[in-house]
Amino acid sequence: MLEEVRKGSVERFLVGTYIVWLRDVKRFWRDTMRRIGAFVQPLIYLFLLGTGLQSAFKVFGAGETKYITFMYPGILAMTVLFTSMFSSISIIWDREFGFLKEMTVAPIPRSSIAMGKILGGATTALLQGVIFLFFMPLAGISYSLYRVLMALLVMAILSLTLTSLGVLIASRMRSMEGFPILMNFILMPMFFLSGAMFPLQGLPGWMEFLTKINPMSYGVDAMRTVVLRGLVLTPSDPLVNLPPELLEKLVSSGVQLPHSAQLKVSLYPLHLDLLVVLGVGLFLFLLSSLMFGRQD
Amino acid sequence: MVAVIEVQELTKKYGDIEAVKGISFHVQEGEVFGFLGPNGAGKTTTISILCTLLSPTSGYAKVNGYDVVRQKDEVRQAIGLVFQDPSLDERLTAWENLMFHALAYRVPKGERERRIREVLDMVELAGRAEDLVETFSGGMKRRLEIARGLLHYPRVLFLDEPTLGLDPQTRNSIWEYILHLKKEEGITIFMTTHYMDEAENCDRIAIIDYGKIVALDTPEGLKAMVGGDVVRLVTEDDRKAEEILRESYGVKMIRDRDCLCFEVDRAENFIPKLIREFPLRIDSISMHRPTLEDVFLKLTGHEIRPQAPDEMDNLRSFVRAHSRKKR
Repeated sequence: MLEEVRKGSVERFLVGTYIVWLRDVKRFWRDTMRRIGAFVQPLIYLFLLGTGLQSAFKVFGAGETKYITFMYPGILAMTVLFTSMFSSISIIWDREFGFLKEMTVAPIPRSSIAMGKILGGATTALLQGVIFLFFMPLAGISYSLYRVLMALLVMAILSLTLTSLGVLIASRMRSMEGFPILMNFILMPMFFLSGAMFPLQGLPGWMEFLTKINPMSYGVDAMRTVVLRGLVLTPSDPLVNLPPELLEKLVSSGVQLPHSAQLKVSLYPLHLDLLVVLGVGLFLFLLSSLMFGRQD
Repeated sequence: MVAVIEVQELTKKYGDIEAVKGISFHVQEGEVFGFLGPNGAGKTTTISILCTLLSPTSGYAKVNGYDVVRQKDEVRQAIGLVFQDPSLDERLTAWENLMFHALAYRVPKGERERRIREVLDMVELAGRAEDLVETFSGGMKRRLEIARGLLHYPRVLFLDEPTLGLDPQTRNSIWEYILHLKKEEGITIFMTTHYMDEAENCDRIAIIDYGKIVALDTPEGLKAMVGGDVVRLVTEDDRKAEEILRESYGVKMIRDRDCLCFEVDRAENFIPKLIREFPLRIDSISMHRPTLEDVFLKLTGHEIRPQAPDEMDNLRSFVRAHSRKKR
């Protein structure tokens, strides 16, 4: 008897998750505007911001640092961050337009609705990430099986964690207008303190602390570790701009010249990055299922 | 007869406000049972408890033999629901909405397509199966929701104000479906309404006001409570007229704010007599057979729809249509 009940509820959970997920993916696919946006937005960030910053670095003395290359994994993580978090606005829509009621009175567990929503959002985020992978060579990174597969893995883990956070927030929100505002409050600091845009090196102590408690930092670090493996971003030439013949002479006569600081590809070990993101994700998923179950 | 819905001493409090104040009733299998009352009387709260969406503060309710608090999934599987507010996914087609429902209620795989076709035929939407719901009119959406509510062959169909905000023609056709369902499928129907004329279609009606059931009977039985005919009178001085009527004619007054209403047997004989003898000037006089409106007035002392309800309904459907466009 108990065995049957357990089997029944597992089946209900799986069915519920599947249909909620399928519906969200269908809706995304039907929305042409969202598909175009998914394609264009990261490109804007990469080329407009990346090129701008690269030039700035050149002018202010970092030499031939490949800044676009440095930013590429960061933008990849950012794409996942934004899509994941904002995908959960569909819950508020569903509440506003009544479909949430159809789901909550169906004989499926509430946690399966949360799970379906999380998987749905993660799927769309992953899809965006995959599109973005096509631009990899444009950032000066050549394809390799390791890079692509590992990037997919990191994206999958990251998108699940971030949609869980989005769903958790949306499960308690009633207002359509309030959602983007609250989201920006949470998103922007998470984004700026993640190292997606600038290296987390040589920061003041308080800021370094904030980046360490930001789970997104670990996601970005993981992404950078796997995507930029084996690449050197900063050529180790000296900071001083002198004619090459003179430089050679100085070096051969044993003078120590100041070198530009190295742009680090990886701050933490990969397994630590993934563990942090996974752990936070699991916690957020449990919390969001709980919140979903409780609402009347 | 078997009771499909059993409600015992049910109460629901929201903070200090008691929305439902200890109601008890049974609904028999195959019945069309109506909950009649003004907005805010506790109809939607009761229906939400019966559908497991709200937990009661005290008392218990059983649907199809299952407890609505402890056996939620069993209750949900046994009921179909049409909400007061629309609950379709407008970005999906009619077919996809129904398929979602069929999967959620675990309609067997081989059955799904046949049943979807069957319910679409029933509400005459078979030709629109592949169209997005956002292209449907209000009446079509409501019909689709009824079709969806029937897809998993529920024992009880709950309809919360199923015709709210619809035009009279659509209201009639929805009622045709409801009565057809009762006759052909033997399904039990529990509905709420604040339209008196609709309530006449029910087998039994519970009149609910301020969270309490004030009467429960067949429409005929309820009307018999008023007895005789209802005469409505406007005079130069209603207060004085009421006194005279009470003392000299011994008629039963029905309380009302705007005019004088009372019951008499055989009003067609009473009115000429009254006009001949009455000492005050009579501005207007009319009579009618008792309606549920009179019953409600008699039982509660106020009309069922105190604040220009038609305009409220219109506003409501306007807001709905508008918010749909906005999206």
